Amino acid sequence: MGMWLFLFTEILFFGGMFLLYAVFRHRFPADFHRGAAGESLVLGTVNTAVLLTSSFTIALAIAAIRKGEKILSARLQAATIFLGIVFLVIKYFEWSAKIAAGIYPNSPVLLNLGKGETLFFGLYYVMTGLHGLHVLVGIAVIAFMVHFTRKGTIGRENDARLENTGLYWHFVDIVWIYLYPLFYLVT
Amino acid sequence: MQNPLRESAARTYTAVWLALLVLLGATLAVAKLQLLARFSALGSLVIASAKAGLVLAFFMHLKDEGRFLKATLALTVCVLTALIGLTFVDVIYR
Repeated sequence: MGMWLFLFTEILFFGGMFLLYAVFRHRFPADFHRGAAGESLVLGTVNTAVLLTSSFTIALAIAAIRKGEKILSARLQAATIFLGIVFLVIKYFEWSAKIAAGIYPNSPVLLNLGKGETLFFGLYYVMTGLHGLHVLVGIAVIAFMVHFTRKGTIGRENDARLENTGLYWHFVDIVWIYLYPLFYLVT
Repeated sequence: MQNPLRESAARTYTAVWLALLVLLGATLAVAKLQLLARFSALGSLVIASAKAGLVLAFFMHLKDEGRFLKATLALTVCVLTALIGLTFVDVIYR
């Protein structure tokens, strides 16, 4: 229950940014379409598949621990961490490409593009940045869970911590499920 | 919550994962082929919500949770919807 309460606050935290996105998109529809057209659809789609798969592996890790299969569960958790890292590495390449193209907050290129696109890329950096931070935190927490599972403090009768980690990870996945169409598909 | 059909958990999760990837393909098709023309943004969000619903119901096993938790989640989503909806009333009719 506590984990769910935390996730409710997280929904409203990200919700505020979705609200900003919606209002500014309403005001500058053409700029937002042009901005989204500049995103790499391939990288965005691959990253969505990566994150959906990582949700799958952590769900399997919890199912495994409930059957008492510790080693399998630890491996599935490690796979989730690996997929999380893949997601962040792809994000790194996307951000680098953008920064190399001169698109970063307050850059001369962006200032020339006008208000709408400045807002689009500002929201892009803030929303994917905060989401990436959540992924990073998730990776760190799952790393602890792998440790606890190996030590045996997480087991068949004692899976609450892994369970809550899973809930958090799925939430981060859901946020991305909405970020993906908003930043990559609305062209 | 304890699931009496624990053995089938892996199979259910696999089915959900495949469904999620199919929906990802669907949202890509809708956007790329402009299947829904000017409603494509709405279509993308509907598909995103279907994906979120699958993750919530099965991976986060919300379907096995009590009524109180479901109601609280519904309340949170309603607050967010009202927030966005009321803001739009202001933005559109200003």
